[in-house]
Amino acid sequence: MAAEATAPAPRRSAGKRLADLFQGRPRLTVAALLAAPLGWLVIGYLGSLAVMLIASFWHLNELSGEIQQGFSFDNFNTLFTDDVYRTIAGRTVGVAAAVTVTDAILAFPIAFYMAKVAKPRMQALLVIAVLLPLWSSYLVKVGAWRLMLSEDGAINWALGPFGLHGPGYGTIAVWLVMSYIWLPYMIIPIYAGLERIPDSLFNASEDLGAKPGRTFRKVVMPLTFPAIVAGSIFTFSLTLGDYITPANVGDKQFIGNVVYSNFVSNLPLAAAITTIPIVVMVIYLLIARRLGAFEHV
Amino acid sequence: MKTPQSNPLRVLWLCVISLFAVLVVAGCGGSDDSDSGGSEVTEIGKTEGQLNLIAWAGYAEDGSTDKTVDWVSGFEKQTGCKVATKTASTSDEMVQLMRTGQYDGVSASGDASLRLIEGGDVQAIDMSILSNYADINPSLKDTDYNTVDGKNYGMPHGWGANVLLFNTDEVKPAPTSWASVFDPAEASQFSGKITAPDNPIYIADAAVYLKEHQPDLGIDDPYELDEDQFNAAVDLLKEQNKMIGEYWPDATKNISSYTNGDSVIGSSWQYQTSALEGAGEPVSSDLPTEGTTGWSDTWMLSSEAANPNCMLEWMNWMGSPETQAAVAEWFGEAPANLGACELTSDPKHCDTYHADDQKYYDQIAFWKTPVSDCGDDRGTECKTYDDWVQAWTEIKG
Repeated sequence: MAAEATAPAPRRSAGKRLADLFQGRPRLTVAALLAAPLGWLVIGYLGSLAVMLIASFWHLNELSGEIQQGFSFDNFNTLFTDDVYRTIAGRTVGVAAAVTVTDAILAFPIAFYMAKVAKPRMQALLVIAVLLPLWSSYLVKVGAWRLMLSEDGAINWALGPFGLHGPGYGTIAVWLVMSYIWLPYMIIPIYAGLERIPDSLFNASEDLGAKPGRTFRKVVMPLTFPAIVAGSIFTFSLTLGDYITPANVGDKQFIGNVVYSNFVSNLPLAAAITTIPIVVMVIYLLIARRLGAFEHV
Repeated sequence: MKTPQSNPLRVLWLCVISLFAVLVVAGCGGSDDSDSGGSEVTEIGKTEGQLNLIAWAGYAEDGSTDKTVDWVSGFEKQTGCKVATKTASTSDEMVQLMRTGQYDGVSASGDASLRLIEGGDVQAIDMSILSNYADINPSLKDTDYNTVDGKNYGMPHGWGANVLLFNTDEVKPAPTSWASVFDPAEASQFSGKITAPDNPIYIADAAVYLKEHQPDLGIDDPYELDEDQFNAAVDLLKEQNKMIGEYWPDATKNISSYTNGDSVIGSSWQYQTSALEGAGEPVSSDLPTEGTTGWSDTWMLSSEAANPNCMLEWMNWMGSPETQAAVAEWFGEAPANLGACELTSDPKHCDTYHADDQKYYDQIAFWKTPVSDCGDDRGTECKTYDDWVQAWTEIKG
């Protein structure tokens, strides 16, 4: 039998050769897959944070107001010596805590009903209802509240016959509006956390003789607490950084407002002010981690 | 034996730290040098077909706010430059937008213009190339907010005063003094319903008030305040803050706060007065006896303009009597070109706005950037704009 000259193996296409490169090299595969998101995270996100933090050490040219890139602690000096920044930071953290507690108290019964009591169809409807406000623009919601809280607004109109007056614009109004806006962000994590508790635990607790209150305190709360902490991260951090709501319904400045008003005229000082919420949030997240918020969320 | 896998977390930290190190080295390298001045623009070339402006609300109307108010379309037809306007609400915002280098020009008030000139963001122009400049009110030419070292930097647009706007139903009789917003004896009856502009330059308004009511402070130029004068003004504003309902950041919010009943009295512009009166709201405004602050705007050309010729054509267009008449009537200000006075639909417009009234003009302390050089025998101990901004944060609380 005549040996036929075998044709040379057909050249593999570029795509197949690229695939060969990754064959048997799992670390290269992982690196290639992660390169884009990691690039965004490190360069886009962390990189811009780093640039901003560096800017906090710069200062302004006195006459033109342009940024001079020399190193100085002036801005941090201002933050520590001027009382107003302490007041503003305290006010912001206080309102953030108040909003978190308020939302936790409001969200829990709603989430419990959704997770444990409602029938499946009702459950679906309630989830949609809770998420529906998020479909409308943030500014629309704040604008609506601004109108309601105004002197001739709906709230004063409703309270008028009883001789009462609404809170008007102020820190109370900010607390009210923020509690409203962030509520869905608290309901959903708690709902998710409660859903994970098997019904059998309730039965077992009842069989062992625990009244509903005891079941709640000893079984439900410890299991849901990480979910509540996870939800609180949203409400706390979102309130901490917000400047639109205080600008529209508040009368005093929050951290966000001071950053906003300095952002245009004194960027280094604005950058220095932003270190305050960063530090607060780092501490908060470390505590949250301790309390188990990042497990099984 | 398995080779140890590199810990991905450690790799991430290494990336972050090395990036940080690179940025620190880059950031510490040298300072920005500002090139002020430079060459003058001496001719208008071929127009580029596009124009990107930064302007105050109401300065570049193209018919979208009110069908009959339009001076942009005529410009576009005549020069072929398509106009895109970015509306800004404060001078700070305008300065910052100009520094991005993405705009061709700006309607700068006196508290922005010097910062722009000093920062090299605008160009000097030989004004003889703009035919309408010759007819501009001489009081507005070669002023210390649009001319530096003998070089002109723009076409004057118009000027106006900051007026006292009040609700005629709630505030009776009509107030004649700024004491109705500053002096607790007169202002506390409106407590919670007083408003003021959310702008550090408002400190000058307090200085104007103190110039008359605390003469031993010796305030002369409300923008050049030394330590004692500045502290007195800031204290007055901190007292006022207790009576303030809200500060207004832009004209629209100012208008809605009067419409909603949240404000009944405060400093404002004629623009808001006209808008509210036009909507049937019971308001009026006047100029208190102590005098007031005001603004005088100049169209300036960016040193990084992509469309400089279109901008120069715009500046000339805005200086023409027809456009000046239209703008002055719509916005509610005194035109820079007095030839507009014959063309306004209200023949008394220029009288109402004192366009030709030198005495009235001299009563107004026009916005300018506070600098440390007091300009007199006090030397360089005056407070800078930076100090004003920081004080403003303290005042608002």
